[in-house]
Amino acid sequence: LNILQYAADLLVRSLFKADPASWPYTWIAYAVVIGVAAFIAFAFVAIFAGPVSWIERRIAGRIQSRIGPNRTGPQGILQWLADGIKCWLKEDLVPASADKPLFLAAPYLVFTGMFGAFVVLPFGAHVVAADLNVGLLYLLAITSLVVVGVLMAGWASNNKWSLMGGIRAAAQIVSYEIPAGLSVMPIVLITGTLSIQGVIARQGWAPTDWFLFNNPFTFVAFFTFFTAALAEGNRTPFDLPEADTELVAGYVTEYTGVRYLMFFFAEWGNLYVIGALVTTLFLGGWQIPPLTSNPVLTAILQFLTFFVKSYFWALVAMWIRATLPRVRVDQLMAICWKYLVPIAFVNLLGAAAWVALVPAGSRVVQYAMTALGAALILLFMQRVAFHLRRARVRERGDIYLSPLV
Amino acid sequence: MSSYLRNIKDTCVTVFEGLAVTFSHFVRRPSTVQYPDRTALRVQDTLPFRYRGILEVDLEICTGCLACERACPIDCIVIDVTKDQETKEMVMTRFDIDMAKCMYCGLCSEPCPTGAIHHTPEFEGADYSLESLVRRFVKDPVKTYKPKKGPEPDPHVAVLLERGLRYVDEFAAPETKKPTGTKAA
Repeated sequence: LNILQYAADLLVRSLFKADPASWPYTWIAYAVVIGVAAFIAFAFVAIFAGPVSWIERRIAGRIQSRIGPNRTGPQGILQWLADGIKCWLKEDLVPASADKPLFLAAPYLVFTGMFGAFVVLPFGAHVVAADLNVGLLYLLAITSLVVVGVLMAGWASNNKWSLMGGIRAAAQIVSYEIPAGLSVMPIVLITGTLSIQGVIARQGWAPTDWFLFNNPFTFVAFFTFFTAALAEGNRTPFDLPEADTELVAGYVTEYTGVRYLMFFFAEWGNLYVIGALVTTLFLGGWQIPPLTSNPVLTAILQFLTFFVKSYFWALVAMWIRATLPRVRVDQLMAICWKYLVPIAFVNLLGAAAWVALVPAGSRVVQYAMTALGAALILLFMQRVAFHLRRARVRERGDIYLSPLV
Repeated sequence: MSSYLRNIKDTCVTVFEGLAVTFSHFVRRPSTVQYPDRTALRVQDTLPFRYRGILEVDLEICTGCLACERACPIDCIVIDVTKDQETKEMVMTRFDIDMAKCMYCGLCSEPCPTGAIHHTPEFEGADYSLESLVRRFVKDPVKTYKPKKGPEPDPHVAVLLERGLRYVDEFAAPETKKPTGTKAA
């Protein structure tokens, strides 16, 4: 049952006392409900993308022993509003020699490419705009719209840095779509469906039932997919299109005010899309343990589960950004074509063989992979403890876990 | 082929290790000093005694010897000393330091016999005009300080003198520790 259809039918039944199946104006109710849903999704992206800009700066600051913005409002929590208002108040400049229509339209295309993903991204078992049966295909396709916008922005600015940035971005996104697509395929092989809700429905709430730990091939696919998704989202270490040391600001160089904001709005919104995709494909999506039969409470718990998982991966992307240096252009292409594509492809073959040999999956392997994941986390914590010990942080009283500064 | 696999292994290991390093920094105390308003102490109070901030003159212990004026390489110090015709005492009518010109070299406080002219830890010099950066220490003509034989009788001046001599000792020749009390007092 789709929540939008249900809401539209309810609207027609209660407000117009008509049967939605036969009433001739049902499509108007559908259009209204879709408009409202689009607005809600837009508000969700705005409320995610705004504060995430502040959170990213705070986290990057703490990782670099700085503080980050903490002056605008308590702990700087209103910094994103201040930045947004500042951008709204700026003049909307169009360079004299720019291709005006393309220049003006480009930010909206980039934003649409990101926002289109929310058509199929679920917020719960029934809370989704549309559960397309080609959901994954649609996602890979609609996010490619970003390339068009980026190329348009780069070309229309009539600035060599913008053009180089735009072309780099296009080359990068087009290249990395291949490993991303190849890494999604193992999941599709297991589930036999391209529907996002179908993929989630095949997983469980327990980590052992997640596709991340389903078999060794999905485990590898997770890492190749996350890397490729970071590159597609122009996130560091693959943020070459905006490499400020060499390209000023890449394809956004000539943009000001709201249009400039739109690009970053799309970039931060994309952070959620990356997290949501990873969560959907590998981490069990909105699956929760059977705690309650209350449908509203269930929906809320499912949404929270999905949101927390997605946000976690957004935080990991910030963490990676604060850790890894930017790669060179040739390295970028080498990573994609010489490493990610072959690995993802061999991995896909392995996954196909696995599905052919063990169609029902193997509980033993699932437990073993979960144990491997837990071992990796333990090893990681041990390395962190090692670095803290080596810097004698505890002796100096430098452990500071409070997020407030 | 072996280098290909080694590259993959190195990538995984170094990214893993790098993330561990940055995470270990994530839980540490930030080292930012939130100047000016969120420091435990005023930043000026945390600076060392020998910090070369804005110049200051203690007129009570200034002998009017003009050593600092002569030492200044850019002539930002102007001192007028005249002899009072009635009392036959030396009187300072002007002691101006143009902080807009001053380059904080410290050459003026090195030859000062009493440490009257010295740098302070104060460094906030922003102002709305160049003119207001000229520090005029003499409001009304003052008598110059004469070094006494024996201890200084005035307790207020004694404190200034002790501080000034310590400053000269540490600032002018910290390497060759001269015994204090040979120049004055």
